[in-house]
Amino acid sequence: MTTNPISQPGFSEHRSPVRGSVTPHKSGLVPVRSNGNNGTAKLTLKNLSLTYKANGSSRLLALDGIDLKVKPGEFLCIVGPSGCGKSTLLHVIAGLQQPTAGHVLVDDNLMDGPGTDRILIFQELGLFPWLTVSENVEFGMKMKGIARAERQEKVQYYLRLVHLAQFKDSYIHQLSGGMRQRVALARALATEPDVLLMDEPFAALDAQTRDLLHDELERIWAETGRTIVFVTHNVREAVRLGDRVALFTFRPGRIKREYKVDLPRPRHLEDVTVAKSAREILDDLREEINKSLEAEYAGEVLKR
Amino acid sequence: MKKFMRHAIFYSVLIGIWALLAKLKVWPPYVFPSPQGVVESLAAGFADHSFWIAIGVSMKRMLLGYSLSVLLGMVLGLGVASNKFLEETMGGLLVSLQSLPSICWLPLAVLWFGLTEKAILFVVVMGSLLSVTIAMETGRQQMPKIYGMAGRNLGARGFRLFWHVLLPASLPYIISGLKQGWAFAWRSLISGEMIFVSLGLGQLLMMGRDLNDMSQVIAVMILIIAIGYIVDGLVFRTIERRLQQKWGLAPAT
Repeated sequence: MTTNPISQPGFSEHRSPVRGSVTPHKSGLVPVRSNGNNGTAKLTLKNLSLTYKANGSSRLLALDGIDLKVKPGEFLCIVGPSGCGKSTLLHVIAGLQQPTAGHVLVDDNLMDGPGTDRILIFQELGLFPWLTVSENVEFGMKMKGIARAERQEKVQYYLRLVHLAQFKDSYIHQLSGGMRQRVALARALATEPDVLLMDEPFAALDAQTRDLLHDELERIWAETGRTIVFVTHNVREAVRLGDRVALFTFRPGRIKREYKVDLPRPRHLEDVTVAKSAREILDDLREEINKSLEAEYAGEVLKR
Repeated sequence: MKKFMRHAIFYSVLIGIWALLAKLKVWPPYVFPSPQGVVESLAAGFADHSFWIAIGVSMKRMLLGYSLSVLLGMVLGLGVASNKFLEETMGGLLVSLQSLPSICWLPLAVLWFGLTEKAILFVVVMGSLLSVTIAMETGRQQMPKIYGMAGRNLGARGFRLFWHVLLPASLPYIISGLKQGWAFAWRSLISGEMIFVSLGLGQLLMMGRDLNDMSQVIAVMILIIAIGYIVDGLVFRTIERRLQQKWGLAPAT
């Protein structure tokens, strides 16, 4: 499963327009192609497309033919310019949004609708303000019908895991941004999902808090062995955290390229190797960002 | 404490002027009773249990009628909020119906149910149903969508999603409507009881008129105001304050 994909020949059907144009092993990055993997994938996205009906007749193609496999226990980061459909993709995997075409397989089973095997941590978190911290963490287990005693035990365990045990009786508005983030993480982990979907979770945090949460997330990932799909617009963050980074194109959202991050862990955001790898992806991303800016600018002009 | 002092001064002055006017006998006592007379009426009413009985009867009708209208209003409001067609058609009808004073339902209720408890309950329900329904509808619409998604994401479905997520999430948006509904129900009940003779505070008020007992009329009016104020101030404001504290919408004071 974890063999270096560069040594596996015969990757086919990749949609990347820059196929074959990269030099491998430069700065710890290895270009990879999805598909052609015969092991069981935790998640398999097959030809996933989603069209939004914008006002009236105009349509917006948010996702266009996404093919992606995520291995069990893998940490996959998805980067792309804002508005590229990254969040939409997570909503589809979580079962909260119906794709227009294609499907999602979880352990080779067709996914239909939300399930506690895939928990999404929303960008705006969606913590319940009418519940205390421990009641928030308990919520998913309660819905699963787990007995009270076991719930309480697990709440304690997961709150300790995210270092929030002493805040169990606080309400959400009493917590700082970083603490809320950790409550969301504990709430997601407590349902013991196989797959954790994270939508730009650390975007709104200050640098120190984010660094701290990177370390914690990496530790928790190592301890719990979850599969993580992590969406971000921050390339460095993606390289710092991910086993693999998938770069999305701007409208329609496609996978432009994938990179395997071969840097040893633990990594740090300021590592030269991380910065070097990020630079390479950033060059590809910049192209897409320019496209998104152009589109935005065109929209502005049209509005006037 | 300063606030309390201001209130104490205001009410002492008010009652002082009232007592003075009564003492000067500007108007005869059966038109303008003295404060002492009203206090005596209150004491007598409670002593012979007639006030207790009236309060009991009226509160029972309120609780029944109000709970019914909250239940119905929930169903109606959520139905209207979840359906585009209903929202356009029924939503407009509900708003226009709100301009009808609820006592106007009494003749209809009497014809439908006769001079029974059901008729008065019907008036109470009709008095508060619309504000509860409209509150539920707007609450459901104003509630951030994220909570519903988060709930589904964590495995909540159907009734459990409604009970554990959608209802608590919309509570801050519907509590003022629920409060308004209670106030409307209270008014409908008293006016209903005044016309429709069968115990209760409204009937006590009319009895004071029939007996030409102005002190009793004022005493019962004070009672009606007091109960309305207590429920509003103690029950609803406490709920509101708790909600605001939990949600962090206001400083915990």
